[in-house]
Amino acid sequence: MKLLWDLFFTFFRIGGLTFGGGYAMLPMLQKEIVENRKWATEEELLDYYAVGQCTPGIIAVNTATFVGQKIKGFWGAVFATAGVVFPSLVIISVIAGFIQNFSHLAWVQHAFAGIRVAVAVLVVNAVLKLWKSGIKDLLGILIFIVTFVVSAVFSLSPVFVVIAAILVGILAGRLKGRAKK
Amino acid sequence: MTFVIMFLEFFKTGLFAIGGGLATLPFLYDMAAKYTWFNEAILSDMIAISESTPGPIGINMATYVGYHVGSQMFGIPGGIIGAVLTTTALVLPSLIVILIIAKFLERFKTNVFVKDAFYGLRPAVTALIAYAGYQVVADSLFRFGTFFQTMQIGDLFVWKAIVLFAALMVLSHVFKKIHPAAWIGIAAVVGILLKF
Repeated sequence: MKLLWDLFFTFFRIGGLTFGGGYAMLPMLQKEIVENRKWATEEELLDYYAVGQCTPGIIAVNTATFVGQKIKGFWGAVFATAGVVFPSLVIISVIAGFIQNFSHLAWVQHAFAGIRVAVAVLVVNAVLKLWKSGIKDLLGILIFIVTFVVSAVFSLSPVFVVIAAILVGILAGRLKGRAKK
Repeated sequence: MTFVIMFLEFFKTGLFAIGGGLATLPFLYDMAAKYTWFNEAILSDMIAISESTPGPIGINMATYVGYHVGSQMFGIPGGIIGAVLTTTALVLPSLIVILIIAKFLERFKTNVFVKDAFYGLRPAVTALIAYAGYQVVADSLFRFGTFFQTMQIGDLFVWKAIVLFAALMVLSHVFKKIHPAAWIGIAAVVGILLKF
């Protein structure tokens, strides 16, 4: 039971500290899940994000479900998911109930312009960490460059990127296997 | 009855919106056109609020609609019930799908095809995240829109933001132990004090 509440409150913190959606959550996940709790490795986190790109739902929620399921099965998944959603539920209910034109207040806008800069820093740092654990050889660098350019030039759905990367990975694995024989 | 329709609509959104929070937007615009729950003006307000509050936009929007509609019918308790209902509906499909995939991954973790697939996936996902990161950096540090209108090089750079970015970059590498949330708090205070 204690572990379930641990999952709930850890993901509650992550949900409450993430501004601006799924990718901005990555630095929080690296800190809380990989470094502090050691519930998942950096590689596993990347795998969860990969699966999240091509399955329904919000990546933050998907990652919570994955980690919860890994640590404590079905109920772990439920508690972690509830935890990550709970802060939004409370904050938005309060805003919907009491505050009109919340986002038009000048000081709120100044604060969030500042926060966006911090989020930019955190996401860059997160990418640097992922680079170390996700890209291990020349083919990795090649896949990275091609994916980055393709995303920048064509606004292709990530689903296609994911499918292509899976095919390249399997193909490369076959070729390497044959080379060894 | 409204509660049942709302549950089904958000369940559908949760099931078919693939690839993160912004993927829910087309479904929300569709709902705005189909029902009287909210209109497009509220939706664009909601996008602004979601960008400036914690949590994914899909969840925020589901909560907002549920509260809004529920409270019109039964006051604050109705609002809370509505918010919980729509949020649950949005999350439920991905909870089910991910539980199935997690079981599958556990069993096939040592399978050579699954391993090779993830070997190809990791650099690609790193690149997708890097590109999202590039967009966040570009949006907060540069004003390409204004620059292309005026063609004055000085209009391109948001100097305050660039200085803050460089400072936080250095500080976060010197003080690695500090929680990422602390940098967000510091940046918020700097933003208010220096009127970003």
